[in-house]
Amino acid sequence: MSAPTPPSGEELPTPAIRNRTWIPRLVWVVPIAAAVIGISLLIRNWQNEGPRITISFLTGEGVQVGKTLVKYRDVTVGRVSAVGLSPDHQTVVVSADLSKDAASLLKADTQFWIVRPRIGVGSVSGLDTLLSGVYIGMKTGTATPRERQFVGLENPPALSHGPRGRELQLHAARAGSLGIGAPVYFRQFQVGRVIDENLLPDGSTRVTVFVEAPYDGFVKPVTRFWNASGIDVKLGADGLNVQTESLAAVLAGGLAFDDGPTEVVPAAAGVPGDFTLYKNETEAMAPPDGEPRYVRMRFAQALRGLDVGAPVEFVGVNIGSVIAVDLGYEPGDKSFPVVVTAKLYPGRMGAAYEILTAQGKTESEETLAAFVGTLVNRGLRAQPRSASLLTGKLYIALDFLPASPRAAFDASNRPLELPTVNGSFQELEANIGRLVKKVNDLPLEQIAADLHTDLKDLHETLSELQAQVLPNAVDTLSALHNTLDSAGRTLDVESPLQRGLTETLSESRSTLQAVRELADYLDRHPDALLRGRRPQKMPQRPAAALSSDVKP
Amino acid sequence: MTALRQSLELGLVLCRTCGLAVSRASLELDRRCPRCQSRIEQRTPFSTEMTLAWLIAGMVFYIPANLLPVMHTSGLLGESDSTILGGILEFWRAGDWDIALLIFIASVAVPFTKFIAIGLLLLTVRKNSPWQQHQRTTLYRIVEFIGYWSMLDVIVVALTSALMQFQVLGTAEPRAGIAFFCAVVVVTMLSALSFDPRLIWDRPA
Repeated sequence: MSAPTPPSGEELPTPAIRNRTWIPRLVWVVPIAAAVIGISLLIRNWQNEGPRITISFLTGEGVQVGKTLVKYRDVTVGRVSAVGLSPDHQTVVVSADLSKDAASLLKADTQFWIVRPRIGVGSVSGLDTLLSGVYIGMKTGTATPRERQFVGLENPPALSHGPRGRELQLHAARAGSLGIGAPVYFRQFQVGRVIDENLLPDGSTRVTVFVEAPYDGFVKPVTRFWNASGIDVKLGADGLNVQTESLAAVLAGGLAFDDGPTEVVPAAAGVPGDFTLYKNETEAMAPPDGEPRYVRMRFAQALRGLDVGAPVEFVGVNIGSVIAVDLGYEPGDKSFPVVVTAKLYPGRMGAAYEILTAQGKTESEETLAAFVGTLVNRGLRAQPRSASLLTGKLYIALDFLPASPRAAFDASNRPLELPTVNGSFQELEANIGRLVKKVNDLPLEQIAADLHTDLKDLHETLSELQAQVLPNAVDTLSALHNTLDSAGRTLDVESPLQRGLTETLSESRSTLQAVRELADYLDRHPDALLRGRRPQKMPQRPAAALSSDVKP
Repeated sequence: MTALRQSLELGLVLCRTCGLAVSRASLELDRRCPRCQSRIEQRTPFSTEMTLAWLIAGMVFYIPANLLPVMHTSGLLGESDSTILGGILEFWRAGDWDIALLIFIASVAVPFTKFIAIGLLLLTVRKNSPWQQHQRTTLYRIVEFIGYWSMLDVIVVALTSALMQFQVLGTAEPRAGIAFFCAVVVVTMLSALSFDPRLIWDRPA
């Protein structure tokens, strides 16, 4: 407009101050950003906040607040946040904060246990806890209800990671030296483990085994399980046979299974997963015995070497065992018979018994009694026999001895009483005794005296012979010598007789020659006998004849 | 003291770069120093607002800095996350009370003191209170001076993480908390920096 006037104090124009508001406004981004970050962290933390669970243990050995971890499949899923005592001071209550993704693992039957180093014969586990301290292991369950309070296990479960496979229950009178974790073998391959052992109310044991997934197909209804602990040494006809599953099984015990005789399905197989645990492989592989039957035998002889458990053999086949050897008393003749009680498995008698039972007769005590009755009539007798001369052990043989005297058999006796004969070895003993007695009865002294007299007579005869016969014999011999001497001289070459004989012989030879010549001559010239000898030109005849032959 | 006149009353503005006293009236619209062309402001513009903003940011960061773990150590004896307060408690329990005290002062007491101190300064400035102007100025100087000492913790974590790398035997790694802690220190320093101490002495208009 107009020229600027010099400014005076009063009319100074107020400078238009631009409010550069963007700097301070921008600065507020910082606290807002901080707040956003903080809140987002809080939200994330809250989202990641997992469940808090409580587990009660009998002891809290080694559990530390804030340090002890909760691990599932060896991955940390939580941390112990508090350790306290239960209100009744009987258990230790461990609180643990789990991560959010572990919440789905918490089922009503989820198991927790404290992992401590464990060193067994079969396995060593938890060694890492020696340095890092204990941790709490976890195994999820299958039940659906969620749970926040648990009772911890005192021992880790044998299967902590739920591998696929099959759980089986084995029943046995006694479990032997099996322990939890003991191996289960199938043809020397370890395919599973023992996961539990229980003593049932009836006193028998139930062993729970787990067979891992690809191998559980080998478990069939016909499968037989047996205790594979220890070493099985057998001295058979084919030499020494040592059988064991593995060294670990020898030390720590173990189980083995294999297909049983396929045509027979054991009764226990009806319940899937339930099997009988046999004492050893032989027993497991034997065909099912059925119900044992009890028999009693009375032996009128000492049975030293017959133990409880000694086999009872029927025609060489083991069909049972001795369960008791008692001393009886027979008031009649005041004797002490040995009463042997044995259990027999009639099923082992094979085809005969099967035929009998197949004839509509149910397998019962009566059937057996009738069956045994017929056998006794045919000569079946029980006889103690020596199993080994070395050990002197006896067994009971049921054999047909038709020569034995008839025996009474009462089929209504319970237990059945089998007729007996004395043992073969014992009979041999008796025979030897009789032999010795006979030898003892011989009049040995008299024989000796007679023999002595005879010998004396012989001696006298001989001395007589020496005194009288011998000198004569010497004379005879010298005369004989002279005779032979003169004969020798007579026959000598230089003797006159010999010479004369030689000459005579030579002359007779000449004579004979002459005779032969004469004979020859006469042969050619028979006429000579009449005409006499012709002049000596006969020898040229052949030459003249020759020349005459040429001439013509 | 109050008898002394202030530059405002004299209509003068001091260039903070070259020290030239400029009459307020002679200033151009762009408020540049006629001698060195630096920007000349009567008072740092929006000083209180910016200080407050930084302060609030610092306070917000302070929460995760203390809640989140600052360091993660793992080794043969297991692994653990440690927070600042947890670390102090651990040292204290282990009997190293001197180290615990040092960390407590550097990491907890100092930032907290700074919040209170800056808050107090802001409050009084807002009210144009003439109360204890000298001591408030001293307080400001102290706040400015001790600001970077809070970096002690950050440096400890940085060194430990760098040095303690023994694979299996032991490793230490920084965790998110230390970043927040670092942010607290930086933000509070910025807060102190954006505060204009001349405001302490301004008289109510």
